[in-house]
Amino acid sequence: MPKIEIDANHCKGCGLCIDACPKKVIVFSEDINKLGYHPATPKNEGCIGCGICFYTCPEPESITVYKEDKSA
Amino acid sequence: MNIFLRKPKGFYDVYLRSPASDKTNTHYCPGCGHGIIHKLIAQAIEDFDIKDRTIMISPVGCSVFVYYYFDTGNVQVAHGRAPAVATGLKRANPDSIVISYQGDGDLAAIGGNNIMQAANRGENITVFFVNNAIYGMTGGQMAPTTMIGQKTMTSPYGRNIYNEGYPLKVVELLATFEATTYLERVSIMDAASINKARNAVRKAIQCQIDNKGFSLVEILSTCPSNWKMSPVEAKKWIKTDMITYFTPHVTKDKINERESHKVEKIRLNSEETKSKLDLPEKRDLVKIDMSSVKEKYKNPRIKIAGFGGQGVLILGNMLAIAGMEEGFNVTWLPSYGPEMRGGTANCHVRIDEKPIGAPSVAKADVLIAMNKPSLEKFEKEEYLESGALLIYNTTLIDIEPSRKDVDIIAIPATKMADDMGDLKVANMIIIGAYMEKTKLINEEALERALQTGVKRKNLMDLNKKAIKAGMDFVKNLK
Repeated sequence: MPKIEIDANHCKGCGLCIDACPKKVIVFSEDINKLGYHPATPKNEGCIGCGICFYTCPEPESITVYKEDKSA
Repeated sequence: MNIFLRKPKGFYDVYLRSPASDKTNTHYCPGCGHGIIHKLIAQAIEDFDIKDRTIMISPVGCSVFVYYYFDTGNVQVAHGRAPAVATGLKRANPDSIVISYQGDGDLAAIGGNNIMQAANRGENITVFFVNNAIYGMTGGQMAPTTMIGQKTMTSPYGRNIYNEGYPLKVVELLATFEATTYLERVSIMDAASINKARNAVRKAIQCQIDNKGFSLVEILSTCPSNWKMSPVEAKKWIKTDMITYFTPHVTKDKINERESHKVEKIRLNSEETKSKLDLPEKRDLVKIDMSSVKEKYKNPRIKIAGFGGQGVLILGNMLAIAGMEEGFNVTWLPSYGPEMRGGTANCHVRIDEKPIGAPSVAKADVLIAMNKPSLEKFEKEEYLESGALLIYNTTLIDIEPSRKDVDIIAIPATKMADDMGDLKVANMIIIGAYMEKTKLINEEALERALQTGVKRKNLMDLNKKAIKAGMDFVKNLK
């Protein structure tokens, strides 16, 4: 199963990934991060590893996408 | 499970140049379009493996801190001047990949002419033009690209076409230039558009790698803070309000038609350049005997004045160059009207054993007056020191100097020049008189100056004859 990780302390809570996710598997966290925002957090169940969240996210370090290597 | 997408290597791991305590987050507002576009560029730089030869140019605007983030060469430039600096960087280093990153205020307003000239020259550079329809950094003022009806700080009733005209369509404008190679407008309004933007960014950089010429990608971006919208609303606003006017499309793509053309590296100091410039060989300084120069003639502040066309400026120029050939510090400060002939001209020359602080001569030690108005004006006490040397051209000056506290040489320079067959050498006669009187400049040094300063070599003999005449005139006074 593909999955994403969101580094909570690199998220400014803009919500672009949440809006763009085609499977709607990213939500705002209840927690407040060190920047003072509710960061996005992945549910991951149902993630298809499309990478749309990665490209819509303005913070370079926030989102990492993991996927099975098909060539392996 | 493998990492599929992560922070591109085109970025620094840690943004050490940022003065902020948090050195891993960008300084941009939440949801800012810059971050998205930065990522696309950083990814392309990594994938093309050009990190070590890329030079990013940071503009003025929010993206002024591009150099915090990109692990490439970085130059931050004056407002709107990125294409000019990019031109220099690229021509000096043809193997580098020069990327100019500019906003709409920077590129389309203050830098409007810079981008047009660079595009028209077909410079082999890549420009990413981030259009968010507003001046972001300064607080949301109207930009050339502000939409019709859009309210900004400086268009509080909305942009009015009768007052501010229409939003500037940059890619369409640049497409009219013959030399441009690849121009496209994209947006970041949704995932599909970002994918297109990603491809456009890569194509534009590839265009430069292949030496195909000027490429520019206009990226419709957001400014949630100044648009006073949430980041999600801002993206929707591009879709509803911007793309109806700024249509995303490939405006021009001549990549396949263009031949690969690499600029030649400019080699300074090469033998070829030297021979083209006709520079004299390196040589030793001219030796002069300072013991024969009277104390009052050392370190002179010289003022030379006359009509334009009398050779006033070149007179001063020759003295300065000759002084330089003797190893003095010299300055030459010309002041003249726009006319090539007629009008008034004067220049200030300093020849000094010590470094010169200011080139202007307020009160002169030496006054050379070639015409009457110059004598009348500059012999006044406020302009001429007591004990100074005053050389004046009696042919054109029918009055006596009023100053009695100065050394005077009255020389009919124009008449003497006329007798020699060319009125224009009056200035050389004066130089000869000055040389003989002060001994500060010797003949060898002056001859070197003439070689650099007199373009018409067939006049060299006449000039030398005139100098000799001036010297003889002063000798015979004794």
